[in-house]
Amino acid sequence: MQFRHKIAGGDFAKAGNAAISVKKVLSQLNINHTIAKKIVIALYEGEVNVVAHAWSGIVDVEIDENQIRILITDKGPGIEDIEQAMKEGYSTASPQVREMGFGAGLGLSNMRKNSDFMNITSIPGEGTVVELINNFRPDAG
Amino acid sequence: MKISDLTNSLGLEVICGQQGLTNEIRGCYVSDLLSDVMGTAREGDIWITLQTHQNIIAVASLKDLAGIILVKGLVPETETVEKSNSSGIPVLSTSLDTFTIAGKMYELLKKE
Repeated sequence: MQFRHKIAGGDFAKAGNAAISVKKVLSQLNINHTIAKKIVIALYEGEVNVVAHAWSGIVDVEIDENQIRILITDKGPGIEDIEQAMKEGYSTASPQVREMGFGAGLGLSNMRKNSDFMNITSIPGEGTVVELINNFRPDAG
Repeated sequence: MKISDLTNSLGLEVICGQQGLTNEIRGCYVSDLLSDVMGTAREGDIWITLQTHQNIIAVASLKDLAGIILVKGLVPETETVEKSNSSGIPVLSTSLDTFTIAGKMYELLKKE
């Protein structure tokens, strides 16, 4: 199963919509609740990052019997120093975004903690690609 | 304990999301940082916050929280009310500050 979700930069009204639709699909597929909860957290944070930092983005979701693979591709400012961005508490979010309770510098670490595999590639000035993989069976891969 | 039990014992005003008043409360989490709630709150928690914008409903819904309590008499934005009503996440309001309402909540949950 594959589906795609578009994200508009700055559109906080729709932030979380991709995560909500994935949550519904995983529930319909009877995916283990604990595993589904983790995926939903990771995807939500990825979506918020696109809304808060990038100009536009696409979420591609692939689900098979063993795993879910999510690719979040955005056009945006990119990340200069990924290692620094991964540190809890580090954020480049605007004051307006922080006032809403976002931009606490917890998003990427939430994504790492809640995925079995995470890979970030980024070109400053062009955009960022985040790949997330979660296995449905704890013993797999 | 259900959300509807809280409204009486803590004097909370139900603002929207009435259909979720039968949600069972298993615990409580206090935070104004959305990623902190995403990472730490547990299913069935009631969430105490001062954030009033619509993203609190998405977070509560994704995390299967029981409901949201807004502190200091804050009122939710119009979009928040709409999303609360469509997703069944009840939003309640207290005139008390975060410390005071969290203390009362703690005492109530301790008895459970």
